[in-house]
Amino acid sequence: MSTPVAGSAGKARSRLHVPATPARPGGRPDFGYLKLSPAGAMPKPPIDASAADIEPLAHGLVRVLDDAHQPVGPWQSSLEPERLKAGLRDMLLTRTFDRRMQRAHRQGRISFYIQSVGEEAVSVAQAMALQPQDMLFPSYRNQGLFVTREVPLVDLMNQLLANEHDMCKGRQLPIMYHSGPKRIFSISGNLATQFPQAVGWAMAAAIKGETHLSSVWIGEGASAEADFHHGMLFASVYRAPCLLNIVNNQWAISTFQGYAGGERQSFAARGPGYGIPGIRVDGNDFLAVYAVTEWAAARARANHGPTLIEHVTYRAEAHSTSDDPSRYRPKDDWQHWPLGDPIERLRQHLVKSGHWTKSDDEQLSQQLEARVEAAWTEASADTTPPDSNLMFEDVFKEMPEHLQRQRDALAAERDGQR
Amino acid sequence: MAQMNMIQALQSAMDVMLERDPSVVLMGEDIGYFGGVFRATDGLQRKYGEHRVLDTPIAEGGILGAAIGMGVNGLRPVAEIQFSDYIYPAFDQIVSELARLRYRSGGVFSSPVTVRTPCGGGIRGGQTHSQSPEGIFTHVCGLKVVMPSNPYDAKGLLIASIEDDDPVIFFEPKRLYNGPFDGTPDKTAVAWKGHPHAEVPEDHFTIPIGKAQIVRAGNAMTILTYGTMVYVCEAAAQNTGVDAEIIDVRTMLPLDEDTLCTSVSRTGRCLVVHEATGFSGFGAELAATIQERCFWDLEAPIERVTGWDTPYPSAFEWDYFPGPKRVGAAIQRVMNPP
Repeated sequence: MSTPVAGSAGKARSRLHVPATPARPGGRPDFGYLKLSPAGAMPKPPIDASAADIEPLAHGLVRVLDDAHQPVGPWQSSLEPERLKAGLRDMLLTRTFDRRMQRAHRQGRISFYIQSVGEEAVSVAQAMALQPQDMLFPSYRNQGLFVTREVPLVDLMNQLLANEHDMCKGRQLPIMYHSGPKRIFSISGNLATQFPQAVGWAMAAAIKGETHLSSVWIGEGASAEADFHHGMLFASVYRAPCLLNIVNNQWAISTFQGYAGGERQSFAARGPGYGIPGIRVDGNDFLAVYAVTEWAAARARANHGPTLIEHVTYRAEAHSTSDDPSRYRPKDDWQHWPLGDPIERLRQHLVKSGHWTKSDDEQLSQQLEARVEAAWTEASADTTPPDSNLMFEDVFKEMPEHLQRQRDALAAERDGQR
Repeated sequence: MAQMNMIQALQSAMDVMLERDPSVVLMGEDIGYFGGVFRATDGLQRKYGEHRVLDTPIAEGGILGAAIGMGVNGLRPVAEIQFSDYIYPAFDQIVSELARLRYRSGGVFSSPVTVRTPCGGGIRGGQTHSQSPEGIFTHVCGLKVVMPSNPYDAKGLLIASIEDDDPVIFFEPKRLYNGPFDGTPDKTAVAWKGHPHAEVPEDHFTIPIGKAQIVRAGNAMTILTYGTMVYVCEAAAQNTGVDAEIIDVRTMLPLDEDTLCTSVSRTGRCLVVHEATGFSGFGAELAATIQERCFWDLEAPIERVTGWDTPYPSAFEWDYFPGPKRVGAAIQRVMNPP
């Protein structure tokens, strides 16, 4: 609270406000700050609604699954059970992959890893709701996009291992994947840079009169960067056919989302300020994420412009293999997260609707474990590093003379001829 | 052939490329309806439409970010940054993204953006409208860096830059837009009209990136320079009567080392001249290259003449600017080392 303090002349002195973090280690998890709406409570507007007319969506929370795991309200979609099962499978595969790669890091097989545990619905439901030709601009915690678009797990693992089959040719930190054929853009280690790039991609699609759109993701922490605002502005000015996603997982490494500007206002609420609809969605509700994405994609495809979507979720694990979350938040924080676990919630929904059994579950888990393990066996057997000549390629399309000389100098150094 | 000043030559280059290649788009502040604050895009929006020549918000980081994405999606964007002094908000997008996209994605993604930006002083622009930041960009791996010094080169190099599949930072010495300025501000301005390099074909032609040009042949010494300083060096050589060979570097990266070194090895003396500040400037790279490749042919220490290591001032512009007097004194020192 900023209570005015009387100065010597009796005038109020200003006092710097520092955002509060609800719970630190040793404290009790506290999600009292989180504004929730009951499932089914938020209206579903027509796709050509103006940002101003649907501003309540930027402050409320679109939810489809209620506490009994039943779909309710206007955002229910007609997703068939088979599609829901595919969503469950891809979320579970993403988590199985994450768990195994985390273990590979602990075993010293890879140098770095980032898990997406607790946030799988965002990537998987969105990739399912978009079309294969739509261009995806991921952040570094969107591995579900790669899984759902069926980029082979071995390809991802080769990148993590930086072996001779590494798609990045040994040039990138682990997890900085891309896929040309699956239309997933190269992940940058510099945060938020992809935001205006995705908007530019969509502008080009519109200039060329195409039907594809782009979708881009950043964390709520990275939304503090100027690139976020550049992306919003250009998307608004040119009404670019794109989906702008903020994954609000509450934490930017150790820093609570209040420091990114989330203390007084939702992140979705930044949309209406730019004339862009903002929708705040339960990011752990597969059905809600799917429905909102479908709505925003239909809006963009019909030339009504971009949508800003805030996915309210929780980063269940560390930021990366390089930090220990028990140093900055209560150990049992996730267990108290009011929006639960996206995988468990979709599983319960399928069980309740009679499309899923315990034995389906066991079978699927075993199948996915085996699939990940087989991919790991294949990828990790290849321990040949990439050719060091690759260091000099792709700096330019054609290697200029000075790089040819440096390449030759390294080759001579490696041959011990110097 | 037509007579063009540098602005007209640049406009012609973009006109030719918009006509030839439907993937070429121009974008920047005030470049569309108005035709640019220096008029380089005059009439192009009217001719090619608002989807090909885009006015943008005042957000250089957004311009570059969007241009990169447009390039990834098959367009060939030419982004104007109104003054190179304004390029810094776009620095991260240029340095961390544009320059390295091909590299980091294993050659899968790339974006052929050309960034056009006026640079240099001599227009009483003070510290925010006079900078020459080319050296900052030559320190980045993955960018080509170009600076023409006359209308003919401006058109040929700009077309080559737009057609290049790598990103190019294209610096335009704004004091040369209207004429070959030799660094003597109180002299009547000379227009391009009648200058041999103002004869510019109206059609498509290119000058290869990465090739320097000998603009004045000589035997006594070699002057390596570019941009506005080409004409300052010509005046200084004239004033001192020294038989200096002057080489317009034209492309800073990739550098045409052979043309530079062949000349210096022959003359045995080298002076490096640029308008940008000296410390860690591009001249240091030139001097180091000459030292590495031509040391045994040198008969005198390599000298550098550059802007002072201060922000570019307004009232003291002509004390700051490395004019013919300062260059002339350096020529004498190189010829007769103390």
